[in-house]
This record gives sequence, C-alpha cells and structure tokens, in this order.
Amino acid sequence: MKRLNRRQALGALGLSAASLPLLHGRVPHSSLHGTAVAAGAQPTRKPGGMDHGGGVNGPTFRQGDVVDHRANGFNPTEILRDFDYGKTRKLASGRTLREWTVYAVDKEIEVAPGVKFPAWTFNGRIPGPTLRCREGETLRVRFINGSEHPHTMHFHGFHAPAMDGIPEEGDGAIAPGKSTVYEFDAEPFGCHLYHCHVSPLAEHIARGLYGAFIIDPKAGRPDADELVMVMNGFNTNFDAEGNQVYAVNTVAFHHNNEPIKVKRGELVRIYLINALEYDPINSFHIHGQFFDYFPTGTSLQPNELTDTIALTQAQRGILEMRFRDTQGGRIMFHAHKTEFAELGWMGFFEVA
Amino acid sequence: MDAVRKLPTWVLALAPLALIVAALVALLAFGGSTLGERTGPPAEELAVERTELRPGEITLTLRNAGPDPAEVAQVFVNDAYVDYSSDGGEVGRLGTRKLRLDYPWQADSPYLVTLLTSTGATIEHEIEAAVATPEPGGGFIGLMVLIGIYVGVVPVVLGMLFLPLLRRIDPGWVRFLMALTVGLLGFLAVDAWLEGSEIAGESPGALGGVELVIIGAVAAYLALTALDRWLRGRREAAGRSGASAERLSLMIAIGIGLHNLGEGLAIGSAYAVGALALGTFLIFGFALHNTTEGLAIVAPLSDTRPGLGRLAALGLIAGAPASVGAVIGASAYNAEVAGLLLGLGIGAIVQVIVQLVPTIRDTAGRALHPASVGGILTGVAVLYVTGLLVAA
Repeated sequence: MKRLNRRQALGALGLSAASLPLLHGRVPHSSLHGTAVAAGAQPTRKPGGMDHGGGVNGPTFRQGDVVDHRANGFNPTEILRDFDYGKTRKLASGRTLREWTVYAVDKEIEVAPGVKFPAWTFNGRIPGPTLRCREGETLRVRFINGSEHPHTMHFHGFHAPAMDGIPEEGDGAIAPGKSTVYEFDAEPFGCHLYHCHVSPLAEHIARGLYGAFIIDPKAGRPDADELVMVMNGFNTNFDAEGNQVYAVNTVAFHHNNEPIKVKRGELVRIYLINALEYDPINSFHIHGQFFDYFPTGTSLQPNELTDTIALTQAQRGILEMRFRDTQGGRIMFHAHKTEFAELGWMGFFEVA
Repeated sequence: MDAVRKLPTWVLALAPLALIVAALVALLAFGGSTLGERTGPPAEELAVERTELRPGEITLTLRNAGPDPAEVAQVFVNDAYVDYSSDGGEVGRLGTRKLRLDYPWQADSPYLVTLLTSTGATIEHEIEAAVATPEPGGGFIGLMVLIGIYVGVVPVVLGMLFLPLLRRIDPGWVRFLMALTVGLLGFLAVDAWLEGSEIAGESPGALGGVELVIIGAVAAYLALTALDRWLRGRREAAGRSGASAERLSLMIAIGIGLHNLGEGLAIGSAYAVGALALGTFLIFGFALHNTTEGLAIVAPLSDTRPGLGRLAALGLIAGAPASVGAVIGASAYNAEVAGLLLGLGIGAIVQVIVQLVPTIRDTAGRALHPASVGGILTGVAVLYVTGLLVAA
C-alpha cells in the first residue's frame, strides 16, 4: 500500500473540516479528495457546509464530484498509456502493412460531473484511439461511419490528396452507415493527430472527433514511460465562443483526483497534442521540473529545455523529462492560460 | 326550457363547474397521446432571485422560471470552477434552490457567476460590485427603521408645518398649492412606474414581471376608491362638517404612505446589495424631497382646525411605511415583491390625484387654469430639482 503522509491520512480518514477548524484552512483542498481516491475510498459528498473554506485552495468541482467513467466507457488515466498498434502483416515487397478499423459513433459523454455532452466520437471515446506505427510502414485505416452525421478521418502526415479525408477529395464525406479506407505511408516520424474534416469544421472537431497519431522513428526512441495527452475542451452551450470545460483527455480536473503515477528518475515521454477548438492558443506548464521539447516530434534533437510551451490548434510536440525527488509531494501541471486551468485543465503527477 | 327553470340554483352553478373539471381532467389524461410532446431541447430557465455575500462565500437563491425541471451541475465564478453546496438537486417548475459558493470574493469587484446545467447550458449572473450582505439583526433592523423615519416621518411632519400659513392665504393660492401637490404626486407616480418596471424586468418572469406593477397599481386604486366611498358615506351619515377636507387629507396620507413604502423598499434593498452608500447627503436629499409630501397632506385642511393628534396620525400614516419598506427591502427583497409594492404606490397616488382634481377647480369650474397649470409645473420642477440630490 502506498505510504500516506500525515495530511493525506487525515483526508483518507474522512475527518470533516468542521472538526479540524485550524487545519482545515491550511490543507490544500484537492489533497482531501485526491487522496481519498488514492487510498481506495470513494470521495464522499459531505452534506451542507463548506468543506474547503475560503475557496482559495484552488478550483474544483462541487464537493469533489467525479464523473462516471464506466458510463463514459473510458477512463482518462487509461487513455494516457493506451496505444493502438492495429494489426500488422508483411507485404510481398517486404514492407509492413499496418491496419486499423475505426468507427465513428454518437455518444453522450459526461465531461464534467453531472454535465452530459452530446459528443461525436471515434471508437466511443474522446480522444479517439491513439494510432501508433513505425516510420516507413504502409498504413491502412478502414473507417466506418456509425454516426448519424457524415464524417471523415483526416490525418496529419504525408499522403495523396485522395487519402486526405476531406469532403472535396477522394471518397469525400462518408455518409452515415458507409465506410472507406484511407491508405498511405507512415511519414514523417513524429507526434501527429487525425480528426474529422467535414464542415462545419469547428463543430465536427469540437464534438470530439480527433485523436493522436504517432509515427515512431525507424530506430525508435529511448525507452520511456510514455503518455498521451490530448488537450481539449467542450463548448457545452454550443455558442462557439470559447469552452465551458477544459481538460487533457476530456475529463476536467481528472488528474487532481487521480494523479498520474510516474517513477523518480525514469525517462517520461509525453506526446502532447492541442485539439482545442474555439480558443486559438493552449499551453502546458509543469511545476518544479523542466523538460526537453521536440516540436512536432520530427527531430530527435530537442530544441529547448523549458517548463512551459504554447501550442496553437493542431500544434503538438514531444516532452521528455526525468522527475526528481519530490519528497512525497505532488507535481502540478496545467495550462498556463490560467483561465483554462481553473476551468478544468489541471492535474498532478505523483512521483514514486 | 321549462325543465331548466325548475332546477334549483345550486344545480345551475355546479353542473357547468363539474363539466369543466371533467373536461380538464380528460385533457390531462388523454391529451398527451393526442397532442404530441413538445419538441426541442428542455428550456432551462433558472433565475437568480437573491444574492448574498459573506466572507469567502456567495449564496444564490435560484428560481426555475421555465417550463421544464432543471439541474445545476457545476458553477464557475469569473472562469474558475468553485466548490458549492446546495439544498437539493433538480429544481422543478417554480421551485427554488439555494447554492452556497465557496469563493474568495473581494469587496467592490465585479463578478460573473456561471451556472452550468446538466445539459451543458450556461446561465450567467452578474454581480456588479461585491459588497457584504448586512446580517439581519436587531441593530440592522433598527438602522432601517431610523432611515425610514429620516426619509419618511420627519420630512412629512415638517411639511405639515405649513398648515398655519395655508389658513392665512386666499382660495386662489390654495388652489395653486393643491395643483402643486398634483404635480408632485404625478411626478412620483411616473418615477415609481419607471422604477417598478425596471425592477420587475429583472424578475425571472415566472411569477410575472411588469404585470405585478400593474396589478399592484390597479388593486391599490380600486381598494382606495372603495375605502374613500365608504368613508364618505359614513361621515355624511354622521353629518359632520369639514368631513370632506379631513377625508381628503386622510386619503392623501394613505396614498403617500403606500408610495413611501415603495421608496423605503428601494432604499433598503439598494443598501442591502451595497448599491447605495447611505451618506448623510443622500438622506438629506430624500428628506428634502419628501417634505413636499407633508404639504400635500395638509393642503386640503386650510379651512379646518384639526387637532394635533390627528395631524400626528396623518404624518405617521404617510411617513412610517418608509420604515416598513426599508426593513422589507433590506431583509426579504425580491423583484416580484418590489414590483408589487411599487405598483401599490402608483395606484394610490393616481387615486389621490383623482381626488384632488375637484379642489383645484376655479370659480368657473375649470381644472386647468393658469394658476393650476403653474402649480402642477412647479410641483414637477420641485421634485425634479430635489430628485437630483438623491441621484445615487
């Protein structure tokens, strides 16, 4: 069992704030809820009364509410390390053919506790599956449209216009119930993305039709604990003016409740993609640590050692870092557009 | 038709009533399947009826003003999600819900509270300038009563001190003063209408907005007319002389009292939400403004010799409601109550104006003659100028 520090133990024991008036004001509120989960207990909703005092202890959902991951069909913690390598076979030419089947489906997703968003998804999750392959392979993506709306899959990477997944070229927009096959070679290596390209474009993306597309270099990258973070948001009132909920991998404040567990000294590699609509710039910032940054992941040489990067829509990159000793504390990460952070795009790493 | 004529009266009353009930029940029971469901997304209309601010906490009282149940899922203030507690979940039609938000608001700053409903809809509530809500207690109520006395009772009584002067001057001047009173009251009625419709416009609408102002006005007008008729009949039966003048001044006092109820409400509620800095100058302005009301009350009494007790009673009737209004406004304010009370004041004033018209007629029986027109315009001008002092 994970060793709890004193503060966390108090939280896990569920001692009410009222019984600890002095301590109450000092304990970061999220540690009370966050640790309850870490210790295996369900976060409890305490009736009445402010549990967190003053509200200075950071943004949070009501009473530490969490979403129902089972109903959503996915948990953002699992999406972090879930890579879909598809099926491979050798072609006569000696090259590797890698194949996936991806379907579009309309689905209601709880993006913040109690807030249901009528989403359009790839494979029933947001972000869609992380399609991962190796440089130089031949890729074949069979796309089945199970949604009630026409969609496509448009990949960022080298490919012919007929395989571009836009309504104006190739098979065009794929009608509901129809399917198509996108075929192209895996290049260039790097951290990419795919998304629907049917108009209105902003809505088709903002509804949830996007995912990570990773092409590993031929020689591979150094072994690491690899994480996929797709920065996204949800314009729940559909006013096309900014978003009401921001997150990485869909569920706001998720990694406040379930910190991302990493090992001290181990190389951690984050594939970071900005899929946010309606806001032009997103950003990533980590506390107390610095990372090597590889823009778009298309070079094996980092171009910067930093703790903050800004990304426009569809911009992405690879972050590499080794966490130092955190002495039992947690490492916060969030958009340094603080408005996004306080509307859900923040979380913690827990270093063991 | 003979058969109908023979039926007892109660059957004639009950039979149609029973048929109406049966038809409505049938409509409720079978209408759903024949008329179809309403299409479109649920209409979520949650209105914030009351905002209270305490250190580190913002409390909102919501009312569901829409046709469908609605549920607040999360709340953010100035683009940051906040913890909150609630006295329940889904709010049914016309139901209320109280949310206590955990937020470190700063005095005098504006805030935008956004309620995110379970369907992802957003309802925004603006706090123009955050000010701690006064805690209702003995001292606070005392302060409100005192303010009411300052702006209501004291100026009205001071205005009544013109009575000896009124007795000396000739009837032409009395007509002028009565016309001046009409001008004063007309100004107050228009002012109250503007304020009432503005406040009522802020109400969620489920319980009526501007309609409440109109209902209040019509109800006050009709009730005061009935009261006037009743008083007139009683005093004529008693054969008392000067009855008409006393009745008139009482009616004016009641009308002004109802108006001051609304004025006190406005002061109290503005104070409660911090929109009003209760400076000495503001109270001075209100007091000066209201002095003219005392003049209006005693104007009909120039030919009579009322006792001091009667005069004091008239002053209290006209002035004391300001205290009551201030207490209500500061402690239990909502847009509907305010709209209704301001409406009552309007109806009362209009009724008084109607009563005053005969007193400004000249010897030729004309209501509008140079002296009365001059008086009306002077009254309007006096309130306009003194009103500038209370432009908070």
